[in-house]
Order: sequence, then C-alpha cells, then structure tokens
Amino acid sequence: MPELSCSHLTLGYDGHPVLSDISFSVAKGDYLCIVGENGSGKSTLMRTLLGLQKPISGQIEWGADLRENEIGYLPQQTTVQKDFPATVWEIVLSGCQGRLGKRFFYSRDDKALVRENMEKMDILSFSRRCYRELSGGQQQRVLLARALCATQKILLLDEPVTGLDPKVTAEMYELIKRLNKSGVTIIMISHDVMTAVRYASHILHVGHSVFFGTRDEYTRSSLARQFLSVERDD
Amino acid sequence: MLATYLTFPFVRYAIIVGTLIALCSSLLGVTLVLKRFSFIGDGLSHVAFGAMAIAGVLHLSNNMLFVLPFTVLSAVLLLRTGQNTRIKGDAAIAMISVGALAVGYLLLSLFSTSANLSGDVCSTLFGSTSILTLTPGEVRLCIVLSVVVLTVFILFYNKIFAVTFDETFARAAGTPTDAFNLLIAIVIAVIIVLAMNLVGSLLISALIIFPAMSAMRLFKSFKGVTICSAVLSVTCSLAGILISILASTPVGSTIVAVNIAVFIVFSILAKCLGGTHS
Ligand SMILES: Nc1ncnc2c1ncn2[C@@H]1O[C@H](COP(=O)(O)OP(=O)(O)OP(=O)(O)O)[C@@H](O)[C@H]1O
Ligand SMILES: [Mg+2]
Repeated sequence: MPELSCSHLTLGYDGHPVLSDISFSVAKGDYLCIVGENGSGKSTLMRTLLGLQKPISGQIEWGADLRENEIGYLPQQTTVQKDFPATVWEIVLSGCQGRLGKRFFYSRDDKALVRENMEKMDILSFSRRCYRELSGGQQQRVLLARALCATQKILLLDEPVTGLDPKVTAEMYELIKRLNKSGVTIIMISHDVMTAVRYASHILHVGHSVFFGTRDEYTRSSLARQFLSVERDD
Repeated sequence: MLATYLTFPFVRYAIIVGTLIALCSSLLGVTLVLKRFSFIGDGLSHVAFGAMAIAGVLHLSNNMLFVLPFTVLSAVLLLRTGQNTRIKGDAAIAMISVGALAVGYLLLSLFSTSANLSGDVCSTLFGSTSILTLTPGEVRLCIVLSVVVLTVFILFYNKIFAVTFDETFARAAGTPTDAFNLLIAIVIAVIIVLAMNLVGSLLISALIIFPAMSAMRLFKSFKGVTICSAVLSVTCSLAGILISILASTPVGSTIVAVNIAVFIVFSILAKCLGGTHS
C-alpha cells in the first residue's frame, strides 16, 4: 500500500496546464526527489499534493494510515514579513495546529512534541529568540521542526536549502537524511540534480520530458545524462 | 475634582465603554497590522460613516441595528475584493471607502432636518462628545459585543496566530483559513461600529493601529506584543478620556494624541534598548 499515489495528474492555474499526465507513487520510507528546471511546475505539483489548489484532472490518493492533515510541509519561501514578532517557540508550536481538532488550546502532549522536535533540530537553546533575528539556516531548522510537529510520517520540502551556504546546506541534507532513516517519508523538491541523485531513493523529473523511477534507473537514463552534463558545464 | 466627575453615570459609562473598545481594538489590531489588513479597517470606518448617514436619513430609532449588519456585510465584500486581485483590490477599497464618505455626506446634507449639520457630521467623523451621551442600552450592547469579541479572540488565539503568521502552512495543516479571515473581518467590523462612539469614524484606524505598532517596537513575541498592545490601548484610552473631561478637549482626538505620544516614547525606548526584549 503506497503512502501516496498520483495517476494521470494534470495541474496548472486557471485551467492552463503547467504539468500534464504525471503518474508516480511513493511508498513508506521512500525519499523522492522532484527535479526540473525553474518554472517547470515543481512547486505547483507540491501545492496540488497539499490540497492548496485543485488538480485540473487526475487522482491523488493518500495512504490509508495517514490521517487528514498529517503531512508536514516546508514551503519554498515563507513570506514572513520582516517585522513579524514571533518567537521560535510560538512558530514551532503552530505546527501542532492540525492536532488541535476541536480543542482550542495546545495540550501538554503538544508542547512535549514541540520540545522533542526542537531538540531533534538542535534549536531548543534559542526557543525564546525572535524568528526574524535568526540566520537563514537556523530559520530553516525552525520551519523543519514546525513541519515535524505536523507529522511523524511524511514531509514535503520545497527547496529547503535555498539561500544557505555550502556547509549549512550539507548539514541540512544530512538532517533530512537522518529523518528519512528514522522512518519519515520524504518528498523533496530540488533543482540540484547532483544532490538529488546522492540522497534520494526515487526521482521524479518534470519538464519537457517526464521521468519517474528509482535513482539507479534515473542515472542510467539519457535525460539524467543530459541534465547532469549540462550542470557540469556551467 | 475627578471624584466628582466619577459620580456622574455618563462619565462612568464612558470609562467602561472606552476601556472595552480600546481592549478589543488593540487585540485585533496586532493581527490587522501583521496581515496587512489595515486597509480594511480604514475602508470599513468610512463605510460605517455612510451607514450612519443612511440610518440618520431613514430616522431609524436604533442606528446600531442598521449600521452593524451593513458594516459586517461590507467587511465580507472588502475581504473578497482585497484577496482576489491584490492591486485592483486596493483601488476598489479606496473607491468604496471614499465613495461611502461622499455619499454619506451628500445624503445628510440633502435630507437632514438637523439645524446643525456640520456639527453632526463632525461628531460622526471625530467622535466629539457622543461617548458622553451614551444611554444604558448602548452601554449594555457595547458590553455584550465586547465580551463576544474577547471570547472569540481568546478561544481562537492559537489559530489566529497560525493564520496570521503563515497562511499557506495553516491551510496545508487543515486550518480553514478562509473561515478565519472571514471571522477576523467580521470581528473588525463589529469593533469599528463600537469604536465609532468613542473616537468617531475617521480616527478608528488610529485606535486599531497605534497600540500594535507601539508594542511591536519593544516586544519580539506575538503574545508579548498582543498583551502589551492591550495594556497600552486601555491605558491610553483611559488617560485620553480623563484628560478630555478635565481639559474639555474632544475625546477622540485626545485619545489618539496620547497614543501618538506613547508611540514616540516607545520608538525612542526601542532605539535606546536596541530591542532585546522578548
Ligand atoms: N499563482 C500563479 N498563477 C499563475 N501561474 C503561476 C502561478 N504560480 C506559478 N505560475 C506559473 O506556473 C509555472 C510553474 O511554476 P512553479 O512555481 O511550480 O515552478 P517551479 O518548478 O517550482 O520553479 P522554481 O524552480 O523556480 O521554484 C510557471 O511558469 C509559473 O509562471
Ligand atoms: Mg518552486
């Protein structure tokens, strides 16, 4: 039973397709990387998976063991205004909002979960700090901790390393790998094919031509050779 | 001297109503400022003026029963236009708010039987003395509505924070963000109608925005800003009402002036402290 399966998905804005006829499935514990050029529709695909917009046609099916709202999400750009007053604690706690259900206030369990995930992301020491005063890497870890509070099962990450320096980028990828090893299914968008190939178990390549398969199948495909060689050239 | 004034029921009414309105408006003010919804507050206050004028022309016995639903409805419509198309939405809101102002004044000058038209208009726009002429019925309505607003805010505090901080994430987490935006708009409409009594329709935005902006100078957490903003707003309003009684200045403008003074003080404090509080 796959965690997520999409069949003949066509998606876009106002009836204009951006991506057509995408089919793929993700099993528990998989690490799927979605790659493709800028503007090929990766973020649109993720927004559609999350139910933020409707697909033009096709089906999205989530695994039976996933309760509704049990998906963690790290957006490509969180449009937090520069002057937004919010502490790290408040932000990570807001990851528990899907668990509130009919309750109005967060329970002790919710707060314990927040603490646990902050520890995992190594941000517990600045839980009282203001989010906007953190570095880019620290901010990403805060948002990742928030996403983890929303789920223990599946994480959707949209270019989680944008704007991070090489060292912090590597740390971020290791962190995500560790999460995957601990059993969290990962669906990550990346325009960096090299890392995708290094970390992922499956690759979905979108754009003019579409590819879906395991990492090894991908590296053998002509599409990847093209893409990888272009990347080495520049 | 103050004690003598406090024996008058209308002074006590003014203080009760002023405190409640200040509290409600400052709580929602934080969200409004952070969501970039200030424009809705501004637009709505003008709409409320138009509604007041229509109510006046129709000789309704109870203005509130007309003005409140009318403003709430406008809030819903403004939110729709504001969200659908960002840039055009702004222009639409400007048109609605200025239009309501113009039509309201036009109606009043055409149909009003009052001998002192410009005085009436002035008091609707700037509040002047209407807070000192509240009837017990109006005070009761105000208390009930304030309690409703406060309850809604406290119960939904966590969701309001979530929707304000990151609407996309909130939606992905299953929070009905559209419903919450609607709730926020409706609550704002209610507050604006209430606050018209206190500061008049032109100055309402000040009551909503200033405490939040002052609090944001010094505090770095959402909770801190919310609490500080509430405390500031209540203090400024009380001070404003008392000063205006003692010095016979217009209530609304005095309250806003106190708010401005506090904002300046907080800005200077923030500069001095380097903004390290949480
Ligand atoms: N809100 C929108 N309305 C209409 N079209 C949009 C909207 N957002 C994106 N698009 C279009 O959809 C296409 C895909 O955009 P998308 O953001 O999914 O690309 P992407 O693969 O995530 O790119 P990047 O690598 O730059 O993040 C683009 O051509 C873009 O212009
Ligand atoms: Mg993208």
